[in-house]
Amino acid sequence: MVLMAPVALLVLADGRFPTGAHAHSGGLEQAVDDGRVHDLGSLVTFLDGRVRTAGRTDAAFAAWVVRDAGSTPLAVVDREARARCASPTLRDVGARLGRQLLRTAGRVWPLPPAVPAAPQPGVALGVVARAAGLDHADAALLACWHVATGPATAAVRLLGLDPVAVHGSLATLPALTEVAAAAAAEAQRPLAELPGPTATLMDIAAEHHRTREIRLFAS
Amino acid sequence: MPPDHEPGRGPHDHPHRHPQAATPPPRAGRALRIGVGGPVGSGKTALIACVCRALAHDLRLGVVTNDIYTTEDADFLRRHGVLPEARIRAVETGCCPHTAIRDDIAANVDAVEALEAEEGPLDLVLVESGGDNLTAIFSTALVDRQIFVVDVAGGDKVPRKGGPGVTRADLLVINKVDLAPMVGADLTVMEGDARRIRGALPVVALSLREDPSAAPVVAWIRSLLG
Repeated sequence: MVLMAPVALLVLADGRFPTGAHAHSGGLEQAVDDGRVHDLGSLVTFLDGRVRTAGRTDAAFAAWVVRDAGSTPLAVVDREARARCASPTLRDVGARLGRQLLRTAGRVWPLPPAVPAAPQPGVALGVVARAAGLDHADAALLACWHVATGPATAAVRLLGLDPVAVHGSLATLPALTEVAAAAAAEAQRPLAELPGPTATLMDIAAEHHRTREIRLFAS
Repeated sequence: MPPDHEPGRGPHDHPHRHPQAATPPPRAGRALRIGVGGPVGSGKTALIACVCRALAHDLRLGVVTNDIYTTEDADFLRRHGVLPEARIRAVETGCCPHTAIRDDIAANVDAVEALEAEEGPLDLVLVESGGDNLTAIFSTALVDRQIFVVDVAGGDKVPRKGGPGVTRADLLVINKVDLAPMVGADLTVMEGDARRIRGALPVVALSLREDPSAAPVVAWIRSLLG
C-alpha cells in the first residue's frame, strides 16, 4: 500500500486520467471571450486567482475528508462544500465532475460505501485520495493542481499559447504550494470553519457561459 | 525452407486487417450504440439525419453529438431527421474531439446514459464525433460499432492513407459520389483502395444528396439489431 502511494499520486495528477475533466475550462473559456485572458501574463493572473479561490476551497475539503477518515457522513460534508459556492451552475458542474471522478476512480480503487453520488470536487477528491492511500497534504496539492491545470490546458487550446511557457508557469506558480500547505494545515479545523473564498466574477461568468449558443467547453 | 508466398502477401506485409465480429456484442438491455466518425464536412450529420428518418417509424432513436451544436443544428435534425429535441444531446469536447470519443469518454458515456434514462428504452443511439482528421477512432467502451464517413471531395487518396477510421471502422461510407467528376476523384481508385485495406470489412459508396434513404447503411444497421 505504501509503495503504491507515489504511483497513485501520479495517476490522480495526470490530466489524462479519464474523468471527463478535459472538457471543462474552469471558467477560462468565458474569460477569453470577455477579454480577461488573452496572453500568458493574463493567464497567470487568472490561474493565481483560481487557485486562491476555488482551489482553496477544494483543497481544504479534500484534505479534511482524508483526515476525517469517514467519521462524518459525506452528505454533511458535501452540504458544507455546496454552501460555499454561490453559483448554481458551478454547483451543478462541480457535482458532475465529482460524480465522474468517483465513477472513474471507483473502478481503480475500492471506494467506501455511503458516498453521495455527486459530491463537490473537493469532497470527491478527498474520498478518492484516501482510497488510493494518499495523505491529506497530497489531496490538497492535487486539488490545487487540477484547479490550475484545467484552465491552463484550455488556454493552450483556445489561444494557441506556447505550451512550454504555460507549463513553465504551472511549475513556478507560488499559489500552488502556498494554498496546498494552508489547506493541509486546516485539515484539523471543525468542518464549519473551513474556508470558502469566492470570486464573484467567476460565479457570474459561469451563469453567462451556460446560456451561450456555442460552447467548446462544458464549463 | 521459407514459406512460399506472393510478394506483399507474406506474414510481415499484411495490410491492416482484423477479424470482423460475427455477431453483435451483448448489450444487456440497453440500446445499440453506433459511433459516426469522419472528417469535417464528410456528411456525418446528413447521414445521421437520413438514418433517423428511415428508422424513426419503428425504432426508438437517440443522438449524442460532439459537433458544435446550435439551435440551428437542432432544427435541422428535427426537420430532416424526424427527431424530437429531447432525443438529441450535445457534448462539449473542450477542443479535443479525439479525446472525447477515445481517451476520456466520461462525458459521452454520461450523455448516452442520461438519454437512455430519460427517454428510454431506446433501440439505437448514434454518437457523432466532432469532425476531425483521419486518425480518430471510437473507444469500444463508448460504442458497440462504428461507421467512418469520408467523401470524394476530401480526395481520392484518403482510403489509401488509411488511419484507424478507414481501416478498422465496422462500416466505411464513401459519400458524395455524385461530386467525383467535379473534383477529379477516381471512385474506382477510392473503392479499390478501401476494399484492399479493409479486407472483408464492408465499404459503401453513396450520395446522400441523390438518395437520402441511405439504404445500404440502414440495412447494415438493421442487420445489427437482429
